[in-house]
Amino acid sequence: MSAASALSKSASKTVPAPSTPAAGSSALSPGQHGITEHSDGRFGYVPVQTRSDRFKSVNVADFEAVSGREAVWKLSPVAKFTDLTAGELNGSRYEVESTPSADISVAWVPRTDARIGTAGLPEERAAANAWSVFDEALAITVSGEEAKEITVTRSVLGNSARGAHTIIEAKPFSQATVILQNTGEARLSENVEIILGESANLTVVSLQEWDDSAVHLANHFASVGRDARLKHVVVSLGGSIVRVNPSVRLAGPGSDTLLLGLYFADAGQHLEQQVYVFHDAPKSRSRVNYKGALQGQDARTVWIGDVLIGNKAAGTDSYEQNRNLVLSEGTRADSIPNLEIETGDIVGAGHASATGRFDDEQLFYLQARGITEEEARRLVVRGFLTEVVQQIGSPELEARLQVAIEAELIGTDDK
Amino acid sequence: MTFMSVLEIKDLHVSVETDQGTKQILRGVNLSINEGEIHAIMGPNGSGKSTLAYTIAGHPKYHVESGSILLDGAEVLKMTVDARARAGLFLAMQYPVEIPGVTVTNFLRTAKTAIEGEAPPIRTWIKDVRQAMTDLRMDKAFAERNVNEGFSGGEKKRNEILQLELLKPKFAVLDETDSGLDVDALKIVSEGVNRAKTNTGLGLLLITHYTRILRYIHPDFVHVFVNGRIAEQGGPELADRLEDEGYDRFLVPSNVG
Ligand SMILES: Nc1ncnc2c1ncn2[C@@H]1O[C@H](COP(=O)(O)OP(=O)(O)O)[C@@H](O)[C@H]1O
Ligand SMILES: [Mg+2]
Repeated sequence: MSAASALSKSASKTVPAPSTPAAGSSALSPGQHGITEHSDGRFGYVPVQTRSDRFKSVNVADFEAVSGREAVWKLSPVAKFTDLTAGELNGSRYEVESTPSADISVAWVPRTDARIGTAGLPEERAAANAWSVFDEALAITVSGEEAKEITVTRSVLGNSARGAHTIIEAKPFSQATVILQNTGEARLSENVEIILGESANLTVVSLQEWDDSAVHLANHFASVGRDARLKHVVVSLGGSIVRVNPSVRLAGPGSDTLLLGLYFADAGQHLEQQVYVFHDAPKSRSRVNYKGALQGQDARTVWIGDVLIGNKAAGTDSYEQNRNLVLSEGTRADSIPNLEIETGDIVGAGHASATGRFDDEQLFYLQARGITEEEARRLVVRGFLTEVVQQIGSPELEARLQVAIEAELIGTDDK
Repeated sequence: MTFMSVLEIKDLHVSVETDQGTKQILRGVNLSINEGEIHAIMGPNGSGKSTLAYTIAGHPKYHVESGSILLDGAEVLKMTVDARARAGLFLAMQYPVEIPGVTVTNFLRTAKTAIEGEAPPIRTWIKDVRQAMTDLRMDKAFAERNVNEGFSGGEKKRNEILQLELLKPKFAVLDETDSGLDVDALKIVSEGVNRAKTNTGLGLLLITHYTRILRYIHPDFVHVFVNGRIAEQGGPELADRLEDEGYDRFLVPSNVG
């Protein structure tokens, strides 16, 4: 029995967070969030559970050892990263590089920082393990109403198991694009809290271009304030196992989120994303669009998309979709949308999921029009993934991603 | 004109691998088409018409046992699928394939670039595409849709003829382009084929099960295709006879008595 399907009490129904979580003034410290209803090994049944009722704790000891049967783990190769779920993690500072940007500060802050724990809490053991060990959090704080962009790069994490914590805060009315760029080696479990104040407009791009051996488990927790807009983009291209799970709580009335994802799994790669959108305020809007390509033996992708429209979320509009393009034999793509609605008053709610093959007949058709095999593949994949790339809104990054995708196709991404 | 393009099919034998083993389909096809000529191939279902079309285009499923296909003397059978298209061959498919993620616009431009060896001048190209779509009564919105994805049967066939008009091949094989079309769509598609012929003088191999498309596209020659080879050939009057009699007289076993 997993912690994730533990019995719930109404007290744990939602993450306590201030209605305008930007200032951090009323934030609670992590210790106050530990959910106490859980006790090990005493669950006789799995209740039909609302997504927001999942067991949460910042304390790794509150979670049982990972078996791989838990809802959050059942599609992941858990045996390959026991160091991250059960081992001791290094929670010290690491080297980061960031491009200079006015009105965006990047600093290490202590665990006692008031913002920590305000956007979300771990729902599984690797996340709690990371939360338990980090010495300091990397805080990226955005102010200023002008549009601006920053790239924060981690490239030398190394191959010992690490835990990390990041805060991205967009102050009320601020605007920015924050690109988190990941390269090199890593065995990393981390939590990223994203906090949008009233009317903030923030784009967060998490870019995984790790070395072939890297294992990266990330949970992003976002809290979106009144009339604020979060665009969140997960791009996973490189790494052995990459699992980036964004949870977004639309906390303020009129809050809006666009969650984009782009992944390209080649032979032996496991790329996973569990997306969760919680509409917890009236007139909130969400769009989820994840697209992935798979090519090569044992290329594996997982997409789970949970949308919960809570009883406070009258006038909600939501749509989520995932599409996968299978380019060769021997791959597996899981695509699981879930929609829960607790209010009768919604504008729209829908989902779509499809996994299609690029097969020999398609290749023949394109070749019969003079297009070479290589060009045909490129055409199909580029066309398929471009829809997402074009929505990122950062021309330089978009151009770079087009190149990276083509490199994936012809396999020149191998380091 | 001093040089006349010609497509020659010589004693073509083709088989396909099935679960039950190798199946012989084409049994010695001989056919020669000059540019500017329209040849209709008519025959009952299963006689091997699509196999002939696919073999000309180079579909990997079809295995050529013997024979040859020459385009202006060059051996087509030695060319890759894309090289055949670049050499000037075109196949309008009976069942056009859906291509996820590739818009019609993008597809057409990529194909044109591949065939010409360089990108078409952008302005004239956009104009040409628009004009061809208008002529085929295709809604502008098709340009931004993925190739054949969610298209109706008739829309798929129009999309094939759109490509025929824009890619300007020397020879085109149209595999049952008429089937599944209502009479209005049949007229539109036929006009497109006739326009392509007027504009480029291409040679056509028009494969059909029924005679009705021949009211709009007038063949110079008619070949009756039965059991993997041409059983009879003649002029347009042969089509009229088939219209009246059907294929029955070709299908009766030859060892009567
Ligand atoms: N790929 C294939 N695999 C197995 N059998 C095939 C294949 N293609 C064609 N055939 C068989 O070959 C024969 C001729 O098919 P086809 O060329 O499609 O005929 P037509 O187009 O005249 O209807 C049929 O019996 C058909 O079932
Ligand atoms: Mg056929």
